[in-house]
Amino acid sequence: MNNKQLIVTSNPHIKDSTSVEDIMWTVVFALVPAVLAATYFFGLRALLVIAVSIIGAVITEYIFLKIRKKEIVIDDGSAVLTGLLLALTLPPSIPLWTAFLGSVVAIGLGKQVFGGLGYNPFNPALVGRAFLTASYPVLMTTWVLDGTSTATPLSYISNGELIEIWDLFIGNIGGSLGETSALALLLGAAYLIYKGYINWRIPTGMISSVIVISFLAGANPITHIFAGGLIIGAFYMATDMVTSPVTKKARWVFGIGAGLLVAIIRLWGGYPEGVMYSILLMNTTVPLLDRYLKPKTLGVAE
Amino acid sequence: MSILTFKQGIHPEYYKELTKEKPLKKANRPKEVIIPLQQHIGAPLDSIVKKGEHVKKYQKLADTESFVAAPVHASVSGTIKSIEKIRTPSGQKTLSFIIKADEEDEEVDHSLKTNKEVEDLSPKEIIEIIREAGIVGLGGAMFPTHVKLSVPEDKKVEYFILNGIECEPFLNVDNRMMIERSSDIITGMKLMMKAAGVKKGFIGIEDNKPRAISNMKSAVKNEDNIEIKVFETKYPQGGEKMLIKAALGREVPKGGLPLDIGVIVNNISTAVAVFEAVNEGKPLTERTITVTGEGIMNPTNLYYKIGTPIKDLIEKAGGFQGEPAKIILGGPMTGSAQQSVEVPTIKGTSGIIVLHEKSVAKFDAKPCIRCARCVDSCPMYLLPLKLSDLSQFERYDELEKYDVQSCIECGTCSYICPADRPLLDYIRIGKMEDMKMKK
Repeated sequence: MNNKQLIVTSNPHIKDSTSVEDIMWTVVFALVPAVLAATYFFGLRALLVIAVSIIGAVITEYIFLKIRKKEIVIDDGSAVLTGLLLALTLPPSIPLWTAFLGSVVAIGLGKQVFGGLGYNPFNPALVGRAFLTASYPVLMTTWVLDGTSTATPLSYISNGELIEIWDLFIGNIGGSLGETSALALLLGAAYLIYKGYINWRIPTGMISSVIVISFLAGANPITHIFAGGLIIGAFYMATDMVTSPVTKKARWVFGIGAGLLVAIIRLWGGYPEGVMYSILLMNTTVPLLDRYLKPKTLGVAE
Repeated sequence: MSILTFKQGIHPEYYKELTKEKPLKKANRPKEVIIPLQQHIGAPLDSIVKKGEHVKKYQKLADTESFVAAPVHASVSGTIKSIEKIRTPSGQKTLSFIIKADEEDEEVDHSLKTNKEVEDLSPKEIIEIIREAGIVGLGGAMFPTHVKLSVPEDKKVEYFILNGIECEPFLNVDNRMMIERSSDIITGMKLMMKAAGVKKGFIGIEDNKPRAISNMKSAVKNEDNIEIKVFETKYPQGGEKMLIKAALGREVPKGGLPLDIGVIVNNISTAVAVFEAVNEGKPLTERTITVTGEGIMNPTNLYYKIGTPIKDLIEKAGGFQGEPAKIILGGPMTGSAQQSVEVPTIKGTSGIIVLHEKSVAKFDAKPCIRCARCVDSCPMYLLPLKLSDLSQFERYDELEKYDVQSCIECGTCSYICPADRPLLDYIRIGKMEDMKMKK
């Protein structure tokens, strides 16, 4: 018996096989229905925008890792996911160079300047979108459906017009690429919750508080759920692991807080939509929430 | 019947099927045994035999005046070849007796036997026999059993729990004991309950051991005060804090003992050792082990003489299959990796697991993505990612706030981490640094 070969490391000696890459690629996979819905409603151009955004994100990630002399981990799925999520928040008619620029900013300013995966305080895709919203407000609010200009459901609501809930639910309505089909987004989200890759407390808190506030304010809660970016924001952006809290109580507060901000911005603010800013604002509270909303250790009195 | 469980925890692959239907067999009598003096948590022992001396089987080799200690005995008859420092399963070198076995295997006159009938023994007498037999917690902690059973007068114990959970993957010794020796377990349990003055007791078993559950249920059919409780198969259900919480809803206070909330927990194999000591006069010199894993030719369950080098037991299980990469004593979640097959078994050794390289967990740490799988799995409700970070960046003074000493070192956080971070390693360092600061 040759003893020299034995590995002597500490416990545990076995390990769960799920990796960071598995999680990232599974989230990408869960967004496939949304991509298909976007292609169905907005045509092949939707695919083009998505592809350009992903390519921009991956190239930026590569260049930054190269400059920082880090291991090239562009295959971990995280840059692809950021590019994809950003694309899904863009209008279908957006020029391709704008989508590209947005994803460069998302990865560069949103992620790599902080030290790369795991170190960014803000959701990178939303940083990219915030940049584009501030820089190109007209391009970011031009909505097209079936070749004609249209308004988004939230602006219809602002104007007091009625829309069909069913169209809202399946996504047959103007809006960003991936925001429109709640059905497609929820399919993927259900799978991610089943896998345990997104935490249900954040979307539950966020959507519930939007329902409560819009109901109290006399607005129709159903349209507020399915119109705009609430579903994609609540299930795919607010739940971003890196930029959301780790404790259960903090997740509730984070979700409810984000929902309150959405409702306040939509109902009383200057923008028809508030999901992006509400999540970015709540991102800043994460260290504080985790610090003060620790779980009670077993055996410690309340 | 409802199935009990605790919050959080993990569901690892169990690999129990490798040995769960394998009846316990006797290992071969070793030619040489290595018996470390320190095989318990407590005061060190003084040797009472000398190099060159002939000892009989069951003869006491070392003891102390201290109460919190358990003597060690010869598991075979033979000659003390030497008393020297030998590397034990913990990885440390400890003073040990090396006994060269002779042919006779002559037993010492039963020093544990009393003239009284077992039924007539007083609690104090039972506790004395248990101490004299050198019995320690056989789940792996190796705390002297007689100390656990000596309840201070100001404490009232309501429940006596026998832990048959065996939540570590691969291991089947408690499972086999419950299948094969249910009545001995109950006898041992009743002796311990009498010794500690406890009226009510239950045996906890996970629902992946249906035969053990049914055999133990028949064994307690006529016992009014002992019941069988079934638990969900989940790691670390066998941790006493999780077991008590799941069964009784009580929490062992931070830094306290089960005794503080009226509970005593002992392991299944410990009950058998008590039975053998009191009813048969045998000191703790033999116990059971599961020898298993993909690197073992014929995975099996064995009775072995304590002090047998692990190579003898591996050989009994058909030797290695393929190239062994890691040899673990105990379970794969909390056991310790060994440098050599020459290492001796000790009282707490319940498993030998041999893994091939492909199955050995590698902790090639990548950045934490704050997925919180460690937080959502920790059975103590700690924040492993935070504790690990504070330790890694030497912010030791903040560890106390995050209850670092409450960590039971079950390995769940490292097991579940998708970024392959050695969370438990860092937390252990943190625990040591935190202790240093308190001194």
